[in-house]
Amino acid sequence: MTASTLAVRHRLAERGVDRQLLLLVPATVFVVALFVYPFCYGIAVSLQPAQGGALAAYRTFFTDAYQRDTIGTTLAIALPAALINVLAAVPIAYRMRGRFRGKRLLTTALVVPITLGTVLTAEGLLNFLGPTGWFNRLLLGAGLVDQPVTLTHNYWGVFFSLVITGFPFAFLLVLSYLSGIDPSLERAAATLGAGWAQRFFRITLPLLAPGLATTFCLTFVLAFSVFPSAILVGDPAGSTRVISIAAYEAAYVHYDYAAASAAAIVMGAVELVVITVVLGLRSLLYTGSTAGGKG
Amino acid sequence: MRRRIVASPGAWVVWGLVAIFFAALAGVIGSVVVNSFGVRWFDTWLPPDYTTRWYGQAWTDFTLLPVLTVTLVVCLLVAGISVLVGVPAAYVLARRRFPGSRLMYLLFLLPILMPPITYGIPLATVLYKYGLAGHLSGVVLANLVPSVPFVILTMTPFIEQIDPAVERAARMCGARTRHVFASILAPLLVPGILAASILVVVRTVGMFELTFLTAGPDSQTLVVALFYSMSAAGIRAQQSVDAMAVIYCVMMLVLLVVALRFVNPTQLVARVKEDPE
Repeated sequence: MTASTLAVRHRLAERGVDRQLLLLVPATVFVVALFVYPFCYGIAVSLQPAQGGALAAYRTFFTDAYQRDTIGTTLAIALPAALINVLAAVPIAYRMRGRFRGKRLLTTALVVPITLGTVLTAEGLLNFLGPTGWFNRLLLGAGLVDQPVTLTHNYWGVFFSLVITGFPFAFLLVLSYLSGIDPSLERAAATLGAGWAQRFFRITLPLLAPGLATTFCLTFVLAFSVFPSAILVGDPAGSTRVISIAAYEAAYVHYDYAAASAAAIVMGAVELVVITVVLGLRSLLYTGSTAGGKG
Repeated sequence: MRRRIVASPGAWVVWGLVAIFFAALAGVIGSVVVNSFGVRWFDTWLPPDYTTRWYGQAWTDFTLLPVLTVTLVVCLLVAGISVLVGVPAAYVLARRRFPGSRLMYLLFLLPILMPPITYGIPLATVLYKYGLAGHLSGVVLANLVPSVPFVILTMTPFIEQIDPAVERAARMCGARTRHVFASILAPLLVPGILAASILVVVRTVGMFELTFLTAGPDSQTLVVALFYSMSAAGIRAQQSVDAMAVIYCVMMLVLLVVALRFVNPTQLVARVKEDPE
């Protein structure tokens, strides 16, 4: 090793670059080879349709109402589902901070739905909410309705399946962000005479807001990629024809890879726009440590 | 300090919501379980007769043994590879600041922030191009895309809480990175690695889209086989599909209970002490 390479190495090490960074190489290779490259490949494919110019696949997607409307359909399912999951998680998690008897059991019970998977949830919803299911029997028995309510094979079936799989996830995240907030901050406010509403809205909520933004994004990703449940409990040809169904059909039913890639890229773009907006709003908020003391 | 679970109206609303959620959940799971044991079940509260034959039928009709073997092999491979690849990367990201470290972090965050279908379709196209899709290798590769970043993101806080002074002391005594990893970090990280790999297994068992897009007839995991049997409704008895769903659910539940022994689910994001008093 010559003196000059040593000097270069030294200079790099001062900026934080040395051989230890080689540990990053395998993971980077994986992500580049299996995520970045296919993505770029997909963009390239989407720009080479069988006929028409480079943007023909996109033009077709946006001019064909049957395809274009899938964007709105997906957002109409994913945004409310993600919002409700996060909003419902906040008060429940707020009640579940600290310790009480049965907390671990309750947390475990809330985690269980994560394991159900979309297929079992779909099957269960079809049985439970279907025209002869327990739910409709209950409503009929109580005299609340005259005939069974239709809750499956339409928007609501998909929506419920997203709540069942998404809520526990949102809850766990919110709970862990909440327990990361130093309780002494609230106690300090309490000694100054703040009621629970003041403590919650002036202290806890602002500290929690960045975590809520992250939770919303992750729940939204889950809800946005709704595919099996949109087919199984939804109405895949109509009211729940989400964009992933459009992409899937283009690829595996029509074998039109340009159109499929275009739909996938549009889907990714729409999703990234929503996430960027949410995270952009988040960066306006306090982003420091919430743990108090030496953070 | 124990909190009291009594009284205020707000509390009643909150616990009411939780109760409704659990009731719906019990209804959803219960109706699948009941149906899987019912001989037939039409317009009544409960099926008139019970049987276990749907399970036997599901086992043979859906060739569950090979499907379960594939699921197991895929999960173990995915978990193993993503830990081997992810943990060193998590170590660097947790400990070091270097030019582009934020960019690297973003690169690893992106696959998690993207719906699987979005990158799954181009990925499947690429894998088919190289003749990897339709086999086990394609399924494993596709499932690694979200798993490697997932391991990195869950392991980073685990590593951050290990005192760097321990490592510095070892280095002072002449240990090289390899030794630091083998004799100091690895033992301290075992709980974290176990937690991360079990969570990867849970995610992989449940990962529908990527497996669906890349699997061939011999490389379906349980969840994909379940989807096919369900969307081909009418060919098979509904009850045996339900029996298969129950088998799937029990399997996931066992995995989850094992996972919860190693990791407190609420501390995945922000690692804090359980009781800061």
